[in-house]
Amino acid sequence: MSAKPPLLEVKDLAVSYGSLRAVKGISLEVHEGEIVTLMGANGAGKSSILSALSGLTPFQGTVRFDGQDLRRVPADRIVALGMAHVPEGRGIFGDLTVRENLRLATWIRHDREGIRADTERVLDRFPRLRDRLEQPGGTLSGGEQQMLAVARALMSRAKLLLLDEPSMGLSPVLVREIFGILQEINRQGVTLLLVEQNANMALRIASRGYVLETGQVAFSGASGDLRSDPRVRKAYLGG
Amino acid sequence: MVYFLQQTLNALQLGSLYALIALGYTMVYGILRLINFAHGDLFMVGAFAAFGIAAWLGWPFVPTLLLSMAAVAALGVLIERLAYKPLRQAPKMSAVITALGVGIFLEHLMLVFNPYPRHMPELMPVHLWTVGRLSLSSHQVLIIGLSLVLMLILDWVVMRTKLGLAMRAIAWNGRIVPLMGVPVNRVISATFAMGAALGAAAGTLYAMAYPVIDPYMGVLVGWKAFIAAVVGGIGNVRGAVLGGFILAGVEIGVAAFLPTTYRDFISFGLLLVLLVVRPHGLLGRPRLEKV
Amino acid sequence: MKMRWMIGVLLLAGFALSWAVPHFGWLDPYILLVLMYLGINIILTASLNLVNGYMGEFSVGHAGFMAVGAYVSSVLTVNLFPVTGAVFLFPVAVVGGGLAASLAGLLVSIPSFRTRGDYLAIVTLAFGMIVKSALENIESVGGPRGFMGMEQLTTLPWVYVWVVVTIWILRNLVFSKYGRGMAAIREDEVACDLCGVHTRRVKISAFVVSAFFAGVAGGLYAHVLQFINPRMFDILKSTEILIMVYLGGMASLGGSILGASIYTIAMELLREQGAWRMVLMPLLLILLMLFRPRGLFGLREFPWLVPLRDLVLLRPVKKQKEKTHVPAGS
Repeated sequence: MSAKPPLLEVKDLAVSYGSLRAVKGISLEVHEGEIVTLMGANGAGKSSILSALSGLTPFQGTVRFDGQDLRRVPADRIVALGMAHVPEGRGIFGDLTVRENLRLATWIRHDREGIRADTERVLDRFPRLRDRLEQPGGTLSGGEQQMLAVARALMSRAKLLLLDEPSMGLSPVLVREIFGILQEINRQGVTLLLVEQNANMALRIASRGYVLETGQVAFSGASGDLRSDPRVRKAYLGG
Repeated sequence: MVYFLQQTLNALQLGSLYALIALGYTMVYGILRLINFAHGDLFMVGAFAAFGIAAWLGWPFVPTLLLSMAAVAALGVLIERLAYKPLRQAPKMSAVITALGVGIFLEHLMLVFNPYPRHMPELMPVHLWTVGRLSLSSHQVLIIGLSLVLMLILDWVVMRTKLGLAMRAIAWNGRIVPLMGVPVNRVISATFAMGAALGAAAGTLYAMAYPVIDPYMGVLVGWKAFIAAVVGGIGNVRGAVLGGFILAGVEIGVAAFLPTTYRDFISFGLLLVLLVVRPHGLLGRPRLEKV
Repeated sequence: MKMRWMIGVLLLAGFALSWAVPHFGWLDPYILLVLMYLGINIILTASLNLVNGYMGEFSVGHAGFMAVGAYVSSVLTVNLFPVTGAVFLFPVAVVGGGLAASLAGLLVSIPSFRTRGDYLAIVTLAFGMIVKSALENIESVGGPRGFMGMEQLTTLPWVYVWVVVTIWILRNLVFSKYGRGMAAIREDEVACDLCGVHTRRVKISAFVVSAFFAGVAGGLYAHVLQFINPRMFDILKSTEILIMVYLGGMASLGGSILGASIYTIAMELLREQGAWRMVLMPLLLILLMLFRPRGLFGLREFPWLVPLRDLVLLRPVKKQKEKTHVPAGS
C-alpha cells in the first residue's frame, strides 16, 4: 500500500447494547480506492460496526475518517465529511417518490447545478429508476429499492460508501447486476466497505476482506488468500 | 337558502380555525408519534400574545399577528427542547403525560396573570357587506382567506421543500434519516415552530372574531382541533384541514337544529363512531404493527 | 412470612381507628375531610393503574367512569331510596354506581380489541367528553347546573372499608392468571395473543373492574361533597388521576397508595399558594417524568401486598439470578 494514511482507520472498536457486547474491539483499515468486505454470519456484529462508523450507534475505540476523529461527530455531519451508509434493508422512504428520495440525500449540498448534473448521472447509471421517478419508493421492487439506495448514497458525493448486505433478498441475476454497478462506481474513485453474507460475490469484487466471528475479527487478508483459505471455504463458500 | 349560505360561511370560518390548530397536532404526531396535548394551550398563548401586543404596544394587525406567531413558535421550540426531547427514548406514555402537564402549566400560569377574561381590542375596523339577507363581515373574509394562505404555504413546505421531505422521511423511518445528512433535531424543532406558529395565528384570528379570551379557551377548542386531526387521519396534513372543515360543518349543522349543548356530545360521538369504522381516519393509512 | 396474621390485626385496628377518630373528635374536621379525599384518590389511582400500569394501555377518561358512579349513586340515594333507609342503603347505592360504571367500562373495552396505544387513548378521551356533555344535557339531573340533595353519607369508616376492599380485590386480580395476562399484553400483545392468552377476556376484565372502582370512588365522592356537576369530571380530573398513577409508579398497588397520598397531601399543603398551586403541580409532574419516568415505586411492590405463594415463587428466582450472574461476570 502507499504511504498515504488510510481513508478509514478503525482501532479497537467496541459497540454495546446495554450489557450485550455486539462488537468486541475490532481494528481494520480501508484505503482510498479499495473495495473491502466484511463477512460473517448473522449476529457477528457487521451491521453494528457500520452503524458505529456512520454515527448512528455510540461506540468505544477510535475511528478516523479522512484524517478526522469521528468520536462524538453526529451522523449528519459524518455524511458531510464524505461517508455514506446504505443501511440494512435499504432504508427507502416509502412515502417519498424516487425523485424525492434522491433529493433528500442532497440536504448538505447547495450547488443547484451540481445536484441536477449528479441526478442525471445517477439516473443514467440506473435507467430503471428514471422510469419510476415520480413513483413512491414503497412501490418499488426489492432490486429497484437497492438501486435507489445506492443512487441516493451517491447523491451526497461520498468518498466512502458503506453497504450493508446489498444482495439480501435479491435474485442471482440482480445481485450480479448490482455488484457490476458497484465495481463501476469504485472504478470512478469511490471507496467501498461492503458487508456481506454472500461471501462468494463479495470476495469476487473486493481486494481485501475481514471475517468476523462473534464480534471479533477471526481472520483477514487479500481476497485471493481468503478464497483459498480452507476455513473460509468451509464456513462461507460451501466447502 | 340564505340561511344555509350564512351557516356555510360560519362553518368555513370555524373550520379554518380548527384546521389551523389541527395542523399543529398532526405535524408533531407525524414526526414524533406524540400527541402534543399542550398544543391547544399554545393556541391560547397566541391569543393572549396578540392581546398583549395590541393592548400595550398598540400595534396594528399585521405586525401583531407576525409577532404573536414568532413568540409562540419560540415557545413551542422551547417546550420541545426542555420537556419532550429528553424523553425521546423513554416510554411513550412519559412524553404524553409530560405534554398534558405542560398544557395545565401554561393554562394556570396564564391564569395567575389573567384571573379575569380579557377583552381583545379591535385590530382593524370591521366592514359588513350585505347581499340581500346574507351578511358577510371583513373578519370572516380575513379569517378564511388568511387561513387558506397559511395552509397553502404549509402544504408547499411539506410537499415541495427539502425541509418537508425531511419531515416526511422522519415520519416514515426516523432512525436512518441522519444517514441522509439531515440534522433530525433541527427538523423536529422546525416542525414544532411551524405548528406553534399556525396555532398562534389561529389564536390571533380567534380573538378577533370572538374577542373575549380567557386562559381556558384553548382546552375545548384544542380538543376539537385534535378531533379534527384524528378524523382526517392524524399525521396527515391535508387530512387535518379536511377534518377541521368537516367538524365545523357538523357543529354548525347540529347547532342549527338542536340546542347548542348537544354540540360537543355530537362531535365527540362522531369521533367515536369514526374511530370504530375507520380507525385511521379519513386520509390516514394504517401502519403495520411490527411483529 | 409468619407475620401475615399481623396484617389482619392491623387492618382491624385501622378500621377501629377510622371509626374512633371522627366519633371522639380526635382530629380537625378539615383533616378528616382530607383523609376521606385521600382514600377516594387511592381507589381512583389503584383502579386506573390496572389499565394503565398493569396492562400498559393509556386510558385518559377515568373521570368519566367516576362521573357515572357519582351520578347513579346520587340518584339512587336522593330519588329512589326512602329517606329513612338511606344510611343503610348507602352501600347498595355505591355498588350500584360502580356497576353502572363497569357497564360503561365494558363498552369502552370493545374498541380496545382493535386499537391500542394512541387511538385507544383517543377513544377513552372521547368517552370522558361524551359522559360530561351527556350529563350536561340530562335535565333531570340538573344539566350543567349539577345535582344536589345528597346527605353526607360517606364517612371515614366507609372510605376505609372501600379502600381495603379495592386494594384486596385488585391485588387478587393482579396476581391471578388474569394479572399475568395483563402483563403479557403490556409487554407484547401480538405474541401474547399467539401464546394462547385470551386477550379479549383479559381486557374486558381489566376495563370492567377498573371502571367499577372508579364508579365506587365517584359514589363516595358525591356523598362527601353533597353536590356534583359535570364540570367536576372533566379532563382535568382525569389528568389528576393520571398524575397520581405515574407519580406512584406503574403496575404497583403500593405505588398507587403512595402516589395518591403524596399528591393529595401536597395539594392540600399548596392550597395557600392560591393560583400558583396549579402551576406548581404540573411542573412537579414534568420534573418527575424527566428524572424518574417510572414513578416513585414503578413495577415494585410492598411485600405485604404480594400473596404468599408469589412471594415463595419469587425467592428461588432471585437466587438463581445471582448464581448465573457470577460466571457471566468473570
